[in-house]
Amino acid sequence: MRIPGKGLIDETQVSFRFDGHAYEGRAGDTLASALLANDVRLMARSFKYHRPRGPLTAGSEEPNALVTVGEGARRDPNVRATVQEVYDGLVARSQNAFPSTSFDVMAVNDLLSPFLSAGFYYKTFMWPRAFWEKLYEPVIRRAAGLGALSGEPDPDQYEKAFAFCDLLVIGAGPTGLMAALTAARGGADVILCDEDNRMGGRLLAENEEIGGMPGHVWAEEVLDELRDMENVRLMTRTTVTGAYDQGTYGALERVRHHRPRGPLPKSCFWRIVAKRAVLAAGALERPVAFRNNDRPGVMTAGATRAYLNRWGVAAGKSVVVFGNTDDTHRTARDLIAAGVHVPVVVDNRHDAEPQGDYRVIAGGHVVNSSGRRGVEAVEVAHANGRRESFACESLAMSGGWNPSVHLACHMNGRPVWNDAIQAFVPKPGMIPGMTAAGAANGTFSTHGCLEDGQQAALDALSDLGRKAEADTLPPAGDAPYRIRPLWAVPGRGRAWLDFQNDVTVKDVKLAAQENFRSVEHMKRYTTQGMATDQGKNSNVAALAVLADATGRAIEETGTTTFRPPYTPVPIAAMGAGGGGIGFAPQRFTTSDAAARQSGAPMIEAGLWYRPSYFPKPGETTWRQSCDREVRMVRDAVGICDVSTLGKIDIQGPDAGAFLDFVYTNMFSTLKVGRTRYGLMLREDGHVMDDGTTARLGAHHYLMTTTTAAAGNVMKHLDFVSQALRPDLDVRFTSVTEQWAQFAVAGPKSRELLQGLLDAFTPEDWPFMACGDISVMGVKGRLFRISFSGEHAYEIAVPSRYGDSLYRELIARAETLGGGAYGMEALNVMRIEKGFITHAEIHGRTTAFDIGMERMVSDKKDCIGKTMSERPGLMDPMREQLVGLKPVGAVKQLTAGAHLYNAGEEPVRENDQGYITSNCYSPTLDTVLALGFLKNGRARHGEKIRMVDSLRGLDALCEVCDPVFLDPKGEKMRG
Amino acid sequence: MRFSGLRVLKEGLTGNKGWRPHWRDPEPKSDYDIVIIGGGGHGLSTAYYLAREHGLTNVAVLEKGYIGGGNVGRNTTIVRANYFLEGNSQFYSHSLKLWEGLEEDLNYNVMHSQRGLINLFHSDGQRDAFARRGNMMNSQGDDAILLDREGVRKELPYLDFDNPRFPVYGGLFHPRGGTARHDAVAWGYARGADQRGVDLIQNCEVTGIDIENGKVRGVQTTRGAIRAKKVGIVVAGRSGQVAAMAGMRLPIESHILQAFVTEGLKPCIHHVVSFGMGHFYMSQSDKGGLVFGGDLDFYASYAQRGNLPMKEHVMEAGMALMPMIGKAKVLRSWGGIMDMTPDGSPIIDKTGIDGLYIDCGWCYGGFKAVPGSGHCFAHLIAQDRPHAAAEKYRLDRFRTGYGLMDEEGTGPQHNLH
Amino acid sequence: MRITCPICGERDIREFTYQGAAVALDRPDPEAGDEAWDHYVHLRENPAGRTRDLWYHSGGCSAWVVVTRDTVTHEVFDTELAEEAKA
Repeated sequence: MRIPGKGLIDETQVSFRFDGHAYEGRAGDTLASALLANDVRLMARSFKYHRPRGPLTAGSEEPNALVTVGEGARRDPNVRATVQEVYDGLVARSQNAFPSTSFDVMAVNDLLSPFLSAGFYYKTFMWPRAFWEKLYEPVIRRAAGLGALSGEPDPDQYEKAFAFCDLLVIGAGPTGLMAALTAARGGADVILCDEDNRMGGRLLAENEEIGGMPGHVWAEEVLDELRDMENVRLMTRTTVTGAYDQGTYGALERVRHHRPRGPLPKSCFWRIVAKRAVLAAGALERPVAFRNNDRPGVMTAGATRAYLNRWGVAAGKSVVVFGNTDDTHRTARDLIAAGVHVPVVVDNRHDAEPQGDYRVIAGGHVVNSSGRRGVEAVEVAHANGRRESFACESLAMSGGWNPSVHLACHMNGRPVWNDAIQAFVPKPGMIPGMTAAGAANGTFSTHGCLEDGQQAALDALSDLGRKAEADTLPPAGDAPYRIRPLWAVPGRGRAWLDFQNDVTVKDVKLAAQENFRSVEHMKRYTTQGMATDQGKNSNVAALAVLADATGRAIEETGTTTFRPPYTPVPIAAMGAGGGGIGFAPQRFTTSDAAARQSGAPMIEAGLWYRPSYFPKPGETTWRQSCDREVRMVRDAVGICDVSTLGKIDIQGPDAGAFLDFVYTNMFSTLKVGRTRYGLMLREDGHVMDDGTTARLGAHHYLMTTTTAAAGNVMKHLDFVSQALRPDLDVRFTSVTEQWAQFAVAGPKSRELLQGLLDAFTPEDWPFMACGDISVMGVKGRLFRISFSGEHAYEIAVPSRYGDSLYRELIARAETLGGGAYGMEALNVMRIEKGFITHAEIHGRTTAFDIGMERMVSDKKDCIGKTMSERPGLMDPMREQLVGLKPVGAVKQLTAGAHLYNAGEEPVRENDQGYITSNCYSPTLDTVLALGFLKNGRARHGEKIRMVDSLRGLDALCEVCDPVFLDPKGEKMRG
Repeated sequence: MRFSGLRVLKEGLTGNKGWRPHWRDPEPKSDYDIVIIGGGGHGLSTAYYLAREHGLTNVAVLEKGYIGGGNVGRNTTIVRANYFLEGNSQFYSHSLKLWEGLEEDLNYNVMHSQRGLINLFHSDGQRDAFARRGNMMNSQGDDAILLDREGVRKELPYLDFDNPRFPVYGGLFHPRGGTARHDAVAWGYARGADQRGVDLIQNCEVTGIDIENGKVRGVQTTRGAIRAKKVGIVVAGRSGQVAAMAGMRLPIESHILQAFVTEGLKPCIHHVVSFGMGHFYMSQSDKGGLVFGGDLDFYASYAQRGNLPMKEHVMEAGMALMPMIGKAKVLRSWGGIMDMTPDGSPIIDKTGIDGLYIDCGWCYGGFKAVPGSGHCFAHLIAQDRPHAAAEKYRLDRFRTGYGLMDEEGTGPQHNLH
Repeated sequence: MRITCPICGERDIREFTYQGAAVALDRPDPEAGDEAWDHYVHLRENPAGRTRDLWYHSGGCSAWVVVTRDTVTHEVFDTELAEEAKA
């Protein structure tokens, strides 16, 4: 019901829909305030018992009024109606009810509640066993959950951003405004965040004066000053969600939740780095547990006042007020002044007196509520036990206030109990650099908040090395806070603590009875505090009930752990940028465009993209293209971009000694103008990487790494150089992206280069030679190395010439009957030659396993040498690299298959090894594989059984040397 | 008291007055045959199997906080047996068989649900590595199915198959993989051990281990000295500190693993899904929350909380893989302390001290191991020889190089497993 | 978490790659014996409290940094270049 003339929001009308009905609201309304203005208070159903529910609060802590906003792929479940701003065209609906909130068949659970007590599901649904997964669990899953995702990709945009400041002020109520103003006037860079769409905090919800003017007017004056200051950033609709190390805070800005579509992102997740922070997050009011305290129309008194004073909405024509502090009377006064009938004020404090023209029952309790789908009456017990009923449309209740200590506790700190206010307050220093102030620190008067905010800012300024003077504070209310502890009203029936999860006082007592006495056990057993409000409304009362049930004090009982986020954060916001192409950077070679133009499917190789194969007209499968490309290289010449291999330029007088230390074999003895294959171990003796390193000058080497390990090797070299051998005079840098490098492989490679290079005498380029060349006037490098087993070169030019050189190489190759080859053909040819890749050096293999133990020089120390000599790493029964050829009826070998002795059962106990790589070799017209076999080097010629149960293969194969083709290397050397 | 649907009905009709404590809170005795240090999942299951399998009931479990308060109560609840290296494969296979039927065994509904687990792969190389894994699983009678892209699409139609960065090539399907209600596992074992006479001592921190002439004599605690013939250390997250009381240094570095849960949602994810390229895994709990996690925060820590970079990375991976979860809201995040070993595999072994045993180093695979670890550790303590399923979990394997089980192939850097 | 790189200044940890305990600086002699090498490669003091560990400024200047910090509170006390810690 809207009260004419009340509220701080303007008169602009907006139309929205809720559950299919059209309503009018006002700009500035939340969905909850607009629905209440339309006398709609049933907005949701609870999680377990499907009890009818209306809003309990007016803020982000709302446990009941969760709705789904929007339609189609944009629909957004579990949105708090108390936070969602209405706009023209807003569509929302209730959730977790079938067929509707007003008639929900699942409400049958409410009747069954005696059997659904805390933890009942741990005690049943066990028989018969198969029924859990087939029947019980599916039914439970369907009943559980609140809203539903659309099931479609989220079409909205999200962003992330960083911000830095001297002082972060969290919360823009009187404390936060005063802190921000003081710090800003002192010259600090200030960020002021508030989760609300309008700054002012409780000043917007209360009849409270500051400096002789209404509190909200004072707030607006302060904000006007702050807006004009360059060192201040005001962030509304921004919830600081978590406090992290070294002054880092996470914050969620809801950029476009309050508007229909538009160009802006839906939300932005901020990482704010602040030298100091003031937690001025205020306090949250707590409900009182009494029988049927969950009916729509029962709400916290603070919410009742907020709806009235800020939004001009009365929760009902007549409102009973129940509480244990002076706020009870503040509520009654505000309601009466707005013309709302207050039948009675129940003040639990025995010495309570009326503070206006209304009836007070001092020392009384509300013991029950009644009504269909909402409150119609409440029953009150007088101090002497006499019962009295009052008709009403709403109950405003308050059990006192809990400081919002959450962020202060995000680093495992536990708040401390303050007996005077019957609440937990932060302990100073729990978050380095953060000070709690105002209501968040247990200071509840407006004057106290202003004073606290100012002091916190002055302390921060002083920490930051800035001088500042305290300005005179404007006069404001300074009444003391007097509270009588009131958690749960004694009596029969169910009294709710955690509204959403339907945890009642009985459940907590049952948990204690069953020895779930630790607060963590109670929480986990009853699900108390695990709902979407994370216990903001209920945890303190629940542990008061637990303390009572277990005969302990509240402080002794302790709290559960406060964890981020403060309010829920969409995965899309924190994961912004991860979708689609954005998850990881893309790296492209200089030949990428040319490869794509020729129709090559590109595959991911780490962050790089490389061509899989180059289909020709008439080829319908990858195998046809691959086979052709292999034959082309073996018979003529092929071109392949190998720029993705890591290239590290190493220089200095000690470069040779450095390489001797990181490689197992010697590089200081390598002649200038020559290249050598090197093997690199991890310090634990397993193979890290392999590749060739060329000596370009006396003090100048160029190392290549595998594509996959390039980053790791660079890091490793930096480690060895800086942390182990700073004595060596050596410097190096990655030049992977500076050079485009292409393999020119095949018997006609020499011929191709002869036409291309400015001067080229093949005799000067024996196998493993390297040096400078000139390609059509461009300075480059040539390496006579081969990964195909053919007579081959790799030619490198600065990357800016990569694209043109690649096209030139392809054109020239084609005139010689050659062309481009891709990863598939490259892989076939390296298997034919028994060359290893990371399929073989997968982190568990040693030099011994791959038959390279002789490459570990005994003339020197190197990384990994000592540990590679551990007995377990030299045991002959280790799995060793072998070649495999099919010899039975089944002519298929598959990577990932396991090996067994012929005639033995293919079970784990008989496992002999596995296959790492396989291919069809067009050169040898057979299937080939590389694999690891126990004691494999001694078993060449043996028949072995290969079983791939996943692909239904069982093949007999012969063990052989891993080099299938040209074992003496005559082709590549020749 | 036996739990059953009938009992729930009967109690419901009589005001739930008859429910009794799930376990006692006894005062510690001065002398036990066996003291288990650590009342987490592994410690409780060890005590349970000592009593059930070996008839040893003069046993105390000492817990410095509340039982089940460690990693068993702060994980992503995944239960699987999809390892491929000798040692791990038989152990997790053994553990999974104990999971199957745990409810009847414990008379406690731990809600073990074999919803099926799918590990996605995004390259031919990953496919082959998963094939090796699946073939190992099948060769010991477990279940693995290699799905191609269309096979995955049938099971998980909501994935971004056309993600241009890391397209889904296929997946390794482990139908018997799934989830369980983590707290209930701790409570079920606690109740089962308690019913068989084991003393569960909460709020009892061990402050010293008494050793005389190379033999263990008992422990010092905040509730007094307790003598014991045998002592088992099973305190993941604090293994180094407790082992140090016996003068041992372990091959362990402690790391933080974060996990996340969203608000409750109607059922949308049936399986456990694991994204190979992004280190991201997700399932949906029976309450409707999406439960998910990713990689370690990567720095040594005992803080039980993590930082933003890994949170963001995990959620970016989620958006890359299944963009339909964008509007699911993360309700809570937490961190557990992982005992990371140099090969990523655990340790269940004797120590150099007579009568002192250790079970540690579970990295982030401890939850699914709860039944198997307890079962094998109990066997080791009771019989002084390893159980066949855990005989590879030797403490000295790093020194000798025999029997390393480096599933990730990342070597001895503790945080990379 | 934020770490001060001795070369670049204070940066977010997302710029760094963690390695492990700073014991990695003290590589034993090849002949030191298997116990010494086991301590170097595998065994860790792993303190709950003050520790020294190695971080690589991978997203910055490529410096290896020795960080003295607390594993329980995540407080960072001191950073120095590995090169200098070694010297």
